[in-house]
Amino acid sequence: MIRDITLGQYYPSRSVIHELDPRMKIILTLIFIIQLFIVKSFIGFGISAVPLIMFLLLSKVPLNYILRGMKPIFFILIFTFLLNMFMYPGDIIFTLGFLKLTEQGIYMAVFMGLRLTMLIIGSSLLTFTTTPIKLTDGIEKLLHPTKKIGVPTHEVAMMMSIALRFIPTLIEETDKIMKAQQARGADFESGNILQRGKALIPILVPLFVSAFQIAQDLAMAMEARCYRGGEGRTRLHEMRYEGKDYMALFIELVFLGAVIALRIYGNFNIR
Amino acid sequence: MVLIEKACLCGYNVDMTEIVEIENLVFEYIREENYEGEHQQQVEKAIDDVSFDVEKGTFLAIIGKNGSGKSTLAKNLNGLLLPTDGRILIAGMDTRDDELVWKVRQTAGMVFQNPDNQLVSSIVEDDIAFGPENLGVPRDEIRRRVDESIEAVGMTEYLLGAPHQLSGGQKQRIAIAGVLAMRPDCIIFDEPTAMLDPQGRADVMDIIKTLSDEGITIILITHFMEEAAEADRVIIMDDGKILLDGRPSVVFKEEEILQNANMEIPMAVDMAKRLRKRGIPVPDFVTTEEELVDFICRYK
Amino acid sequence: MSIQVENIFHTYNKGNPDEKVALRDVSFNIEDGEILGVIGHTGSGKSTMLQHLNGLLKPDSGRIVISGTEITAQGIKLTEIRKRVGLVFQYPEYQLFEETVAKDIAFGPKNLGVKAEEIEKTVRESLEMVGLSYDELSERSPFELSGGQKRRVAIAGVIAMKPDVLILDEPTSGLDPFAHREVLNMIRKIHRESSGIIIFVSHNMRDIAAMSDKVLVMDRGSVLAFGKVDEIFKQRKMLRNVGLSTTPAAALFDKLEDRGVKIRSDAVHIDEVEEAIYNYMTGGENFD
Repeated sequence: MIRDITLGQYYPSRSVIHELDPRMKIILTLIFIIQLFIVKSFIGFGISAVPLIMFLLLSKVPLNYILRGMKPIFFILIFTFLLNMFMYPGDIIFTLGFLKLTEQGIYMAVFMGLRLTMLIIGSSLLTFTTTPIKLTDGIEKLLHPTKKIGVPTHEVAMMMSIALRFIPTLIEETDKIMKAQQARGADFESGNILQRGKALIPILVPLFVSAFQIAQDLAMAMEARCYRGGEGRTRLHEMRYEGKDYMALFIELVFLGAVIALRIYGNFNIR
Repeated sequence: MVLIEKACLCGYNVDMTEIVEIENLVFEYIREENYEGEHQQQVEKAIDDVSFDVEKGTFLAIIGKNGSGKSTLAKNLNGLLLPTDGRILIAGMDTRDDELVWKVRQTAGMVFQNPDNQLVSSIVEDDIAFGPENLGVPRDEIRRRVDESIEAVGMTEYLLGAPHQLSGGQKQRIAIAGVLAMRPDCIIFDEPTAMLDPQGRADVMDIIKTLSDEGITIILITHFMEEAAEADRVIIMDDGKILLDGRPSVVFKEEEILQNANMEIPMAVDMAKRLRKRGIPVPDFVTTEEELVDFICRYK
Repeated sequence: MSIQVENIFHTYNKGNPDEKVALRDVSFNIEDGEILGVIGHTGSGKSTMLQHLNGLLKPDSGRIVISGTEITAQGIKLTEIRKRVGLVFQYPEYQLFEETVAKDIAFGPKNLGVKAEEIEKTVRESLEMVGLSYDELSERSPFELSGGQKRRVAIAGVIAMKPDVLILDEPTSGLDPFAHREVLNMIRKIHRESSGIIIFVSHNMRDIAAMSDKVLVMDRGSVLAFGKVDEIFKQRKMLRNVGLSTTPAAALFDKLEDRGVKIRSDAVHIDEVEEAIYNYMTGGENFD
């Protein structure tokens, strides 16, 4: 159920991708996303798929883990696919009520579907191979220059990593509270929107109470372990760009270049 | 188990053998309540003029029911709460001194009751590293400490795991490792086993005993008499005051006082008492099951 | 009033690669007015089993009949089950949510469709059943109460649904010895006054021995043993093999045996254990 969601859940392994510098992985992901938006043809997607598949294989994240992660957004994918297929104006192939299947629609649907799928796989590769902590550290370091203009980068990063730590705990808590209220005859499944909304109160109140308790306990535990903000902190995982990081960047840039070249010189544009 | 005689000699010792010194500690807090529409503020004394010292290397158990002030006392010991009156010295450092508070917390580490709410990171090794990172320990040293600490609690195979996949007892062991990585001289355990199942409880108690054997001062806040029986010294708190203080065998003899404070003596102590009544000379120091079994085996 | 549990199977995540059999052919019967103690390791299937009795989980196969009503039957209304079986989860104080104690306790009966006039009476009775004063507490916020009081208010919230069967999952966990004893006394009182069936899970063997008529031992999703309390606690080897223990006093026999002292005794309660050890030490019978 809700606990089975693997979208973006870290997959523990010691692969070369796992060991890349998180900052580099964030940069690579951003470049890859930009690249997907530069692409205007299926060949472009073909080119983009090469580094994606290469990194995926290197990461040693099993295929079914990735696919399972896709499950919850499968609906969105299908929805966009159908929306494009039937709503895009163009040469009509056949009509079904207000739905018009067009040639361009099919093309668009496949095109957008591919882009979305690659986007999701590409960005979840980042979170599959980077622990939330490293990810937030990476973001913190990348945003470090903005600290001078008053952006609280360390605090934001710490908040994010704590949020990530406690999401599973809160999900479990919700599950427990729901069951306890159901045992008291609560009904979350019937009634109109208003009734259903009201039925959430017996879940939300205890959930807030327990979230506050967590916050209080955690603050105390962090203080007891000498936490006093980002000043003077050292890290177990000090970040350093190494050969493999530059190698990865080089590979990605080559394909980015190829896609740009294709965009400028290619004549495989959208019909 | 070695019973440490609480000798009076230490008062003359120039070496600092008292790691904790509590002088006339008073802790008050303001309780606010709404009663029949009226907002009231009440000053409650959680700790009422308590003084005692803890010698380095001691395994001290503080026992008492909820509201006896034992948890408040624990939080005063490393500056998480500050005394309303009186003072606490940790290895000679006053907990009220702003400059020393981090040194105090490093010296006297703390493990809390709820295993879920004290782990900071979603990766076990990062969590253990959290303390030393805050202390500014160099990277290689952090690595070394993380690896040593996790081994000390027997959780090495979970180094890269996620806390939310561990059992309560395992989470508590990680919390202990996180404190160990700060290299404390003293660890305060605030009801560490209250939320655990028997297996988790036994595992955590084993680790506490091992740490005590290695010379770390242990202050164990608990409401389980069986756990207190394992200590070198037991303090019973009731209503913000110290009711009894001494070796377990001495404390557990005060049945009347214990009963009035709603506390039950451990099974082994009870059994020893029953046998004594029937003429079997069970020695006084027998407070744990192990000691009792030991005695019965040797008796014949 | 009775419970018949027949051949219950339950698998979590059925069909998925991570599917896990949680219950395997679980069967037992409880008769009128008995207290059943349930013991087993964390993960032995205790909680899963309890949730079946309350209809929160449905078995893959098998059936549960409570006072003649098959609660596993197709199309049975959940409120019908909830009227018969009340389930108090571990740390039930986390389920408190209303502004006042009285409103919180009224939540269950309201959901069951109890009439407004009757609710106040029910709330009053339930609070008194758990040993709290209606006049003192009913208008207080449940969040202001002490830990022990919160727990009892939460239990009152389930009692107010007037179930024939009351299930308590580790009702004493996390409480100090004083509150612990009070909750046990409260359970005894509820049992005396409601004369229903009580099922309670505990890791504390002394409590199980002191409270239950029968004991159900679960291990890896199956019923390992089921019988009268003394009969179960006599089987020290069986309990030990699955990482459980007998009463703390009787566990001394095991520890002595590990050291080569074999005392042949079936004693479970501390008085009998004392007798057996005394006899051994003074050279009486019952030893090798």
